[in-house]
Amino acid sequence: MSLWEYANPVKFLSFSGKIVPWFAAGAALFIAVGLYWGYFLTPDDYKQGSTVKIIYLHVPAALIAINAWFMMLVASLIWLIRRHHVSALAARAAAPIGIVMTLITLITGALWGQPMWGTWWAWDPRLTSFLILFLFYLGYVALWAAIDNPDTAADLTSVLCMVGSIFAVMSRYAVLFWNQGLHQGASLSLDKEKNVADVFYQPLLMSITGFVLLFVALVLIGTRTEIRIRRASALLARERG
Amino acid sequence: MTLTVSNLSVLRASRHLLSGVGFEVSAGQALILRGPNGLGKTTLLRTIAGLQPVHEGQVDMPEDMAVYAGHLDGIKSTLTVRENLEFWASVFGTGSIDAAIAVFDMDQLIDRPGGMLSAGQKRRLGLARLMVTGRPIWLLDEPTVSLDTVAVGQFGDMIAGHLDRGGIAVIATHIDLGLGARAETLDLSQFKAAPEQQFNPNEAFL
Amino acid sequence: MNALLLRDMRLAMRAGGGFGLSLAFFLIVVVLVPFGVGPEMGLLSKIAPGILWVGALLACLLSLDRIFALDFEDGTLDLLATAPLPLEAVVSVKSFAHWITTGLPLVLAAPVLGVLLGLQSDAFYWIVLSLLLGTPALSVIGTFGAALTVGLKRGGLLLSLLVLPLYVPTLIFGAELARRGIVGMDVGTPMSLLLGITFASIALLPFASAAVLKINLR
Repeated sequence: MSLWEYANPVKFLSFSGKIVPWFAAGAALFIAVGLYWGYFLTPDDYKQGSTVKIIYLHVPAALIAINAWFMMLVASLIWLIRRHHVSALAARAAAPIGIVMTLITLITGALWGQPMWGTWWAWDPRLTSFLILFLFYLGYVALWAAIDNPDTAADLTSVLCMVGSIFAVMSRYAVLFWNQGLHQGASLSLDKEKNVADVFYQPLLMSITGFVLLFVALVLIGTRTEIRIRRASALLARERG
Repeated sequence: MTLTVSNLSVLRASRHLLSGVGFEVSAGQALILRGPNGLGKTTLLRTIAGLQPVHEGQVDMPEDMAVYAGHLDGIKSTLTVRENLEFWASVFGTGSIDAAIAVFDMDQLIDRPGGMLSAGQKRRLGLARLMVTGRPIWLLDEPTVSLDTVAVGQFGDMIAGHLDRGGIAVIATHIDLGLGARAETLDLSQFKAAPEQQFNPNEAFL
Repeated sequence: MNALLLRDMRLAMRAGGGFGLSLAFFLIVVVLVPFGVGPEMGLLSKIAPGILWVGALLACLLSLDRIFALDFEDGTLDLLATAPLPLEAVVSVKSFAHWITTGLPLVLAAPVLGVLLGLQSDAFYWIVLSLLLGTPALSVIGTFGAALTVGLKRGGLLLSLLVLPLYVPTLIFGAELARRGIVGMDVGTPMSLLLGITFASIALLPFASAAVLKINLR
């Protein structure tokens, strides 16, 4: 009994069908508690006032936006090496979620930046990097949509994801070099001194957990949909003979 | 030198077309492939040529010996007949293009740009290209399309000459090329993939 | 390999090959900018390196689909894939031919267009240098995009969408090199990073391009 058995679409469907509700419920619970706690039960920041509370949406969305791409990279590699269809379809399912999360990050960032920096948008390295990440997502999704043969599409998007990852990292450093920026450092880091204060930290952690669960649930649902589409087309083709 | 194909499965666009294809052709022999349209003749030839991945089974032949000629001739319309042939001659590292021009009597056309050729003339040029590759295994897909009777005769002579020099030809065609005993005919219908095999790549989804 | 290079260049130069189109496009982009931002020479000369870089990049983009599309349509790619040349070499040679017929003319035309944007003659050196070092990367990266979209009908727009994000680092370091050079700042960092991108792309991307080309041919 190995983990790879779940790469079989039929097994995956039955297994994921059982766990999706749990992930979805967990996501709803954690996000609801995290956001309520964050918005209503924490004090205003002494410098930033209530605007700081955008981090309960902004930071988790940003984390997912980046890690969704990372997950797509891993899934693409698994598809290229082991040819498991589920893996390719999971990568495909993750991309639209990544797009939405990137958009949430950019929009919440703008909402926060307006009162804080006095501008909706600045060509700050972090903001710019997310904008570029958004473009990478668009290209990836467009390539999937443009190719008829699903296996060819999986192959090509996988290679694009690999090459794109390298260029995305390069863009990140290029942008850092290009403009040193005014965005504050990461909200979460292992260095305790730099962390956000504990009162903000705990609800943030809840919210992040909720977003991770939400991401997993959405990817599972998306993958299940993709598998069903493939099943339907296989059945239709068999019908026609 | 032989070309051996054993238990080969042929897929096009994730569709299983042929399975268990097996044959052997040795030097100086030709194999004529037959079968109705859409059976998978083109895909079989492309698989042998290495343009499609082998899904199942084996293709055995010495490396870098095969050359493929499909429906498209790869002729550049702004290059002349001579330039087109010389390009392929230098890609394959063979020198002269004289023999190739002689086969189809193309002396008259030698300086005409590819774009000014008729369909039949283009096809003659595309087939003449085989001569400059210097490779012994020819994989030809419907080579006689748009050729007139004279050119078909010339083509038959060209194949015969190739076989005389110890070459091999695998040809998908419905026309008798007059190769006599040196050509064997293989009807591919017998290898048609059974309905339950037909959707193999997607079968995992069912 | 020489034969392929010569053939590609010959095809580009002859009628219908599109040689000169990119150059004309470059000219038009650069001419349009002053109409958009106003005729003030001080402003124009300040943004000139960026305009020239973006213009060269777009002009390069315009000609990318020619790298493989024509050879794909007439069956030449199938024949090349079964020829003794490895596909990686075919891809590299085609990138190089694209650079010679598109990138290099853009580099040479840049100073002339710089005049229109009020660049002083000592700035030409930096414009030409940065484009000379960066345009090969544009060709190689573009070849990858062209290989990805070769089998697609109307793949042109998609090609742009795929390639433009990949051009970001090259554009940033290239334009930064020119900008810093012109104002007399230290150029070591952008120059070495631009060179790094160019050489790494030339060395590694052909493998990816050949792989996707093989996928598209089957």
